[in-house]
Amino acid sequence: MNRHPELQADDFLPEPSTDSLEQLSRPSLSYWQDAWIRLKKNTRAIISLYLIIGLALFTVLGPWLWTKDPSAQDLDQISQAPALPKTALLVSDYLPWTPPIAYAHPAEPAGYPDTLDAVTGFAPVGTPNTQSIRFTWLPVKDAGGYSIYRSETEPTGLQGLGLPLETLEAGNIIGFEDRLNLKSQTYFYSIIPTDGFDEFDVVTTIKVTPLQSITVSQALERGLTDPTDEPGRSVLLDFHPFGTDYLGRDMLARLMQGARVSLFIGVVAPFVYVLFGVFYGGFAGYLGGKIDQLLMRFADFVVALPFLLFMILFKIGFGIGPGESGILPMLVALILLLWPSTARLVRGQVLKIREQGYIEAARLLGGKPSYLIARHIIPNTMGVILVTLTFAVPSAIFTEAFLSFIGMGVAPPTPSWGSMCNEGVKTMLSHPHELFFPALFISITVLAFNLLGDGLTEALDSKMRSRE
Amino acid sequence: MLKYTFGRILSGLVTIWFIATATFLAMHAVPGDPLMNEKATTPEIRANLARKYGLDKPIAEQYIIYLSNMVQGDFGISFTQQNRKVNDIIQDHFPVSAALGILAITFAALGGILWGALTALYRNQLPDIIIMFLVILGISVPSFVFAALGQLLLVNINQWFDISFLPVAGWGTFAHMIMPSLVLGLGTMALLTRLMRSAMLEIVNEDFIRTARAKGLSPSRIFFQHQLRNAILPVVTVLGPQIAAITTGGFVVELVFAIPGLGRYFVQAVQQLDYTVIMGTTVFYGAFLVFMVILVDIIYGFIDPRVRLK
Repeated sequence: MNRHPELQADDFLPEPSTDSLEQLSRPSLSYWQDAWIRLKKNTRAIISLYLIIGLALFTVLGPWLWTKDPSAQDLDQISQAPALPKTALLVSDYLPWTPPIAYAHPAEPAGYPDTLDAVTGFAPVGTPNTQSIRFTWLPVKDAGGYSIYRSETEPTGLQGLGLPLETLEAGNIIGFEDRLNLKSQTYFYSIIPTDGFDEFDVVTTIKVTPLQSITVSQALERGLTDPTDEPGRSVLLDFHPFGTDYLGRDMLARLMQGARVSLFIGVVAPFVYVLFGVFYGGFAGYLGGKIDQLLMRFADFVVALPFLLFMILFKIGFGIGPGESGILPMLVALILLLWPSTARLVRGQVLKIREQGYIEAARLLGGKPSYLIARHIIPNTMGVILVTLTFAVPSAIFTEAFLSFIGMGVAPPTPSWGSMCNEGVKTMLSHPHELFFPALFISITVLAFNLLGDGLTEALDSKMRSRE
Repeated sequence: MLKYTFGRILSGLVTIWFIATATFLAMHAVPGDPLMNEKATTPEIRANLARKYGLDKPIAEQYIIYLSNMVQGDFGISFTQQNRKVNDIIQDHFPVSAALGILAITFAALGGILWGALTALYRNQLPDIIIMFLVILGISVPSFVFAALGQLLLVNINQWFDISFLPVAGWGTFAHMIMPSLVLGLGTMALLTRLMRSAMLEIVNEDFIRTARAKGLSPSRIFFQHQLRNAILPVVTVLGPQIAAITTGGFVVELVFAIPGLGRYFVQAVQQLDYTVIMGTTVFYGAFLVFMVILVDIIYGFIDPRVRLK
């Protein structure tokens, strides 16, 4: 009975196992490891990540390293552009000065002259400094007085003499002192002789650049010098690397303080409302049916509210008491208005994931809904949530800046980048740095989060994996 | 299609009711009351004023009066401006905001579609890189900075050439509208460009494009008839919410360019706690937005047959 002679008994032995076929050709990577590898290849996203880390350090460590008080006013350096440390001439405290009088000349001319010569010898006395500039000149024959003007731009002849500083009504007073709001810049002083009433058509103009100065007592008060210092030496003024604002407050310190406000709102608000949206959307999507419809209907209503109008309404609804910064009302308003977008997104994801086989399997094994949501569904929507969060940060920062800009945001004196822009825009033409720096910080932050969000979207998209 | 439209309008009405209620509640939670600004020095005057504006009635009754007036299209009388109806304020100032918004959204949509299509056409080439850089700038820089810079630019142009190229601020002629609406539309334009670009690039890989190419259609026909037309769909979808963003985003532009629009008026009303103006404006804006979204949905139904067949 040997029908199959060709078959031997040892033909039925198992094949020796071939381990090599079982081996994975690529190392096993979790979803997050895989995403991280792909993110690392995206240069723009990585640069953005470093930028964000840098901003975080600027915000958290900045005030430790740059200890200047953001609300202290440096009245010597108001609206200073960014510059290297400045020195000031130490001058003695102000003493009244009597202008010299040329006794040889009459105070009033005998008659009214037809012509007068231009003033000669018009020159500053001593070192012109920002505390005072003193002038003297040679008396003009027959003059009954002098008019003195100051301008920041060069006058042409009798045009554009600028600010009338003084009208002297005696021909023999040959000195004048200017103490009016002097800054360390070039001024053009013009002097015109008069007959005691009317100016004549002759003008002498000189250019004077006063030195930045500080009196001994002011310097001592601010701890810039010690009592042994003699007037005439130069002292180092407070250093403002980013300049100062219109009240003489240090821009760098204010930017750091403002970063704390702007980034706090920009990070905390999205974090809270995304979290709330995740649970709301997760439950709606998981439970489905009537409850889902009801919950999502409500979310639709909240979405339909005109966002900025309600932001403002809620903010005043919560009220800002005296001395409060208004950060908390803004935070609450943002959270109350923005959660539905995340809820909608997560619900959509959950509806998709709920139908997957592994959820069915987990439910068959007795998993409760809360367990399924927390253990399986939410971790699988984590990628989408993370991307939402990254894009939510710049929009929250924008909202804060926007509201502060129209004066509905953080209450002064608390600085935020938006309120600093609001202050800076008023002096945009003369002191552009006051607008430029806060606007730059807002832009960089928003840019970094947007680019990181783009990178994350690509990195977390599992479709991308199969393409490689 | 009729049933779809009807359903959308019904849900829109419910949404408007919700907005009205939320506004009412938010306004009554505000500390302080509008009569504080009036010269209500004695309790008697206060009581009289409260009676005049119906503030002495219980909240529930006030709510019912408020709703029934609103259904009849009456938003009441301003608290701070003597005898000025809120309806009149909206009538006077909304057309200004609307004109600005319409021009801005036109700029944004045309620019977004054009730039988006261009970037997709020149993918990874110089035009793409330049436009995408500008887009990133447009998304990252706050609108008030653009507004300030736009104004500065106009001042400089007018000074350099010693002509009145475009007015720097104010309202009245079409020339007044150009710069503000450009600034207002810039953010949306950047967003639409990005959206358009990714939609265009996604569609290039679709089967029907390959079929069209295989059929021997000319590249320009494929580009305009198949690619562009399909890529516009997602742009239309976001246009509804973006109209909302633009009309309310008009606040800043109206403030910076001194335009007498409703947004500027709203900010002013909030500062003065002018109850009726705030409530009226908010509900009006809300209704407007709901209407715009419904309109876009219906238009979408015409463009994309899949929506209306559902």
